[in-house]
Parts: sequence; C-alpha cells; structure tokens
Amino acid sequence: MSLYKKYSEKEKGKRTFRNTMIALFLLILGLTTLFPICYMIISSFSQPIEAGAASYSIIPKNPTLSSYKFFFDFSKYSFRWILNSFIVGASVTVSNVIFASMAGYAFAKLHFPGAKVLFFLIIFAMMVPYQVTQVPLYILVSNVLNLQNTYTALIVPSVVTCYNVFMAKQFIGSIPSALIEAAKIEGCSQFRLYVNIILPLSKTVLAVIAITTFMGNWNNFFWPFLVTTSESMQTIQVGLKNFSFANTTYFAPMMAGATVSALPMFILFFSLQKYFLEGVTIGAVKG
Amino acid sequence: MSKTKMKKSKRFNNDAIWGYIFVIPILISFVVFTLYPVIDAFIVSFQKYKPLTVEWVGFSNYIATFKSTLFYKSLQNTVVYTIITVPLSMFLSFAVSLMILPFTKKQQSFFKAIYYLPAIASGVALSFVWKWIYDPLPTGLLNSILRIFGISNINWLGNSETSMLSLIIMALFSGFGGTVIIYIAALIGIDGTYYEAADIDGASFFQKVRYIVWPMVKPTTVFLAITGVINSFQVFQNAYLMTGGGPDNSTTMVGLLIFNKAFKYFEYGEACAQALILAVIIAIFAVIQFKITGEGVEY
Repeated sequence: MSLYKKYSEKEKGKRTFRNTMIALFLLILGLTTLFPICYMIISSFSQPIEAGAASYSIIPKNPTLSSYKFFFDFSKYSFRWILNSFIVGASVTVSNVIFASMAGYAFAKLHFPGAKVLFFLIIFAMMVPYQVTQVPLYILVSNVLNLQNTYTALIVPSVVTCYNVFMAKQFIGSIPSALIEAAKIEGCSQFRLYVNIILPLSKTVLAVIAITTFMGNWNNFFWPFLVTTSESMQTIQVGLKNFSFANTTYFAPMMAGATVSALPMFILFFSLQKYFLEGVTIGAVKG
Repeated sequence: MSKTKMKKSKRFNNDAIWGYIFVIPILISFVVFTLYPVIDAFIVSFQKYKPLTVEWVGFSNYIATFKSTLFYKSLQNTVVYTIITVPLSMFLSFAVSLMILPFTKKQQSFFKAIYYLPAIASGVALSFVWKWIYDPLPTGLLNSILRIFGISNINWLGNSETSMLSLIIMALFSGFGGTVIIYIAALIGIDGTYYEAADIDGASFFQKVRYIVWPMVKPTTVFLAITGVINSFQVFQNAYLMTGGGPDNSTTMVGLLIFNKAFKYFEYGEACAQALILAVIIAIFAVIQFKITGEGVEY
C-alpha cells in the first residue's frame, strides 16, 4: 500500500523504532541547515563590541538589546528603511494580486483573439535572464526618466509580474467553466463575475501570490540598490548592506540588523505557513 | 435560431472586450519592462554608451567579450558552481522528502517548515551570518569547530582554493527547502496501487524507489533541474556580497561580471553584449537538458 514497509499490529515497536530513527536524522540535518539563522538571532543579543576585542561565545552570557540600539543608532533613517520596505512591499503585493488575477482570469476563461500569442509572450518574458533587462531598465529609470530615489522607481517595475499572471492562470483554469456560464445566463456582467465569483474562488492562489510577492520584494536587494542613492529612500536590505560596510568588525550589531530585516518574514511565515508551503508547489507539480 | 446565434456572438464580443481590458496592465508592464529592455539591450550592445551621446561600434562589444579571458573564467566558475550545487541539492531534497513521507500530515508540515525556513531570510542577512561562519581568524566559527578535529586555520573566503567551495556550501545550506516541498507534493501524488503491486512481487524499499518513485517523479525532477540550472547561471548576489568575485576572480560568476561591467565601469554596451550571450547560453542549456532528461515526459 505504501512505499514504506507496513508493520502489523504486533510489530508496532519496530515501526516506532524506524520512524524515530528517521525523525532523528531529519531533525539533525534540519537543525544543521537552520543553524545559521539560529546563530544570527542568538548572537544578536550580545554586547556591541568589536570582534577580536574579546573572544565571543555563541551563547551571550548577558543577553542585551544594546546591539539593536547600536544598529538603529547607526543611521537616522534606519526606521525609514523598514517603512520604505513596507510601503514598497505592500503596494507591489496589492497591485500584483489585482492585476495578476485579472489577467489570469482573462487568459484562462475569456476567449479573445490573440490570447494564445499574448500568453506565449508572458511565458517568454519569464525566461529572459534579468541581466539582459537590468542595464536598459536602469538607463530608462535613472537617466531618461530621472526617477532615482522615488517610490515610483522602486514600485512600478514590479507592479505585476509575468510569473504571478502564470500562477493565477494555472489556478483559475481549474475553476469549472459551467459556474461561469451559469452566472452569465443569470445576466451577470463580466466585471461582477470577476469580483463576485472568480476572486472568492481564487483565494488560495491569491494568498500565495500575495505572500511570495511580499517576501520577494522585502528580500529584494538588487533593484533598490541600483535606483536609490539617498539613504532616506533605501529599503532595509540596502540599508543593511551599508551598515555592514561601515561596521565590518561589529559582529553583534550586524546580526541584530540581519535579525531585524528577517523578523517580519519569520512572523509572516509562522502565521501563514500553509500558504507559504503551498505557494512553492503551485505551478511546479503537474496536477 | 438566428436570434440565439446573434446573441451568442454578441456575448462573445463582450467577453473579448473584457478579456482585453483585463490584460491591459500586464501588457503595459510586459512592453515597458521586458520587451522594450530586451530590444534596447540588443541596440545598446552595438554601442559605446556615453552620458550624452552614443557611438555605434558594430560588433566590437561582442568581440571584446569573446576575447576576454575573464569572461571564460567566469563562465567556467558559473558552470562549476552549477554542476555541483544543482545535482547535490536535488539529491539531498529527494532523499529528505522520501524520509519525510512516512510521517503524519502534522509531522510532515513540521519538517517542511524546518527545511523551508532558511529560504525566507534575505540573502543580505544570510551573507552576514555566513561571513562570520567563514571568518578567517581562529575565532571564526567554522575554524573553531575544525580545530577540535585538529584541522588548522583556513582562510575560507580569502583563498582561491576554498572560496568557491565556501559559496557552494552556503548555497547548499540555504537553498534546498523549496525543492523538498515540491518533491513531497510529487511523492504524495503517486498512486498507492503501484506499491501494492510491488509488494506482491516482493520488491525491497530501494527497488520501489528505483522502479516506481524515480520514474514517477521524473517530470518534477526535469522541472527542478531546468529551473535550477537557469537560476544558478544567473547567480549574482552571494558572490557579490560574500567575496566580490575574489580572490583572483576565483568566484567571479557571469552575473557578477555583467554587474561590474555595467555598474562599476559603466561599460553599458559590453554589459548588454555579455548579458545577451548569457541568455543564449542559458537557452541552449535548457533545450539540451530538456532533450536529454525530458524524453518520455509529458506535460
């Protein structure tokens, strides 16, 4: 019945033993991969002293928040960085949920001339390496349009991504067309159909899109790094890098900064774990 | 009859109009942020870009790229990095997901969460931690662990013999959680009757894995291999944050080379030429890989 050997009731002990051994192995391996993150969080509570000045131990003897204070005191914009990341992440998330579901619905259910070609173009766009578009985009945004250090430059390029449209299309395609037909016979307009039927039925994929988009933008370093030169417009990841370049020897404050940047994602992960884990598989497994 | 037909075609038109309205945002985004940049990259690759004027230089950017030893070196680095990281991390995730399988749903979620967690921290944050793990001083974490085993101090990132290895270990540690989850989803999808039939034939666990599980998850493996290679070829961030490509360009990846050309030396033309060459290489790789591994796989 299953891949693993089935033990009868009598051999329950054997099964427990096998599963315990596997669990133990998985735990050890898992904790090893988790180690860098644990290390980061734990040592962020150490004293903000220069490394080498004292030998630091993994577990701080007197846990303190002073490394956090050191990190936030580094720049008067440190809270602004977090705010910027939230503003950018939230705007991009909302716009992706709306626009990707609209386009996903159109490609999955509305038959319009040219739909196939357009969808093919979107698949094509997903395959273009970002190195190809980075220079022209940078020239466009900072040299032609002069949008450096604006929210527009940070937000607009990712207002709706082809990947999200693809995910939405895959999911909405599985909604029975009979449902849509029935609503149309009742005289439901396309716009109301989208708002009242498609959106509620696509909650799962929309949640996944929202989470992955927010996380992707929060953790994004490259684009904000290119288009922000003034400290006040930087995001937390860029600010973090500036901090590390100025304070390479201050170990604990760097870990404090890293923890600050990762904390919102951890909170998000633990509260919405289901969608995180589901998001990885949508579109990847043929179903 | 004709009335219903008319009604139908009218409705079709109505649907089509809404279809166009719904795709307007993604179309604008596609044209401005993909199509235009791709075309422009092509144009810029034939130019020498200066702040106020441009100069057409023909194929010289491409020729310079193909003549540059650093380009080949970075290509070689990228290939080495890819060939080690992608198969290893896929093997690891396959093994781990097989091991997670016998547990209850709740226990499975717990393990999935543990393995996925490193993937949600930002690359910048992780690079901090790993820099301190690889710290060259004897107080560095990895060095102090190795000292217990009598291995003397190693300058992990500062030595051209260990720098690439260090980046690979870091990638393996922080990268395979997502793959585990995808594999588990594929494993759960395998019909139990296959195992039943194998049990009747007296197949061992490893035989079942070899002759049932492996062929059944092949589409997933192909998908993961191809996306893994594509992503790995574009790797930039870890090399940039951890080593800056050094020492002695031992960790300069193509992605980093292009970044440096563009945003350190402001050679936009050559950067675009290199990026387009990279895109072609990635495309060729993906096609070959699909041809080899994808045989008999249906989508």
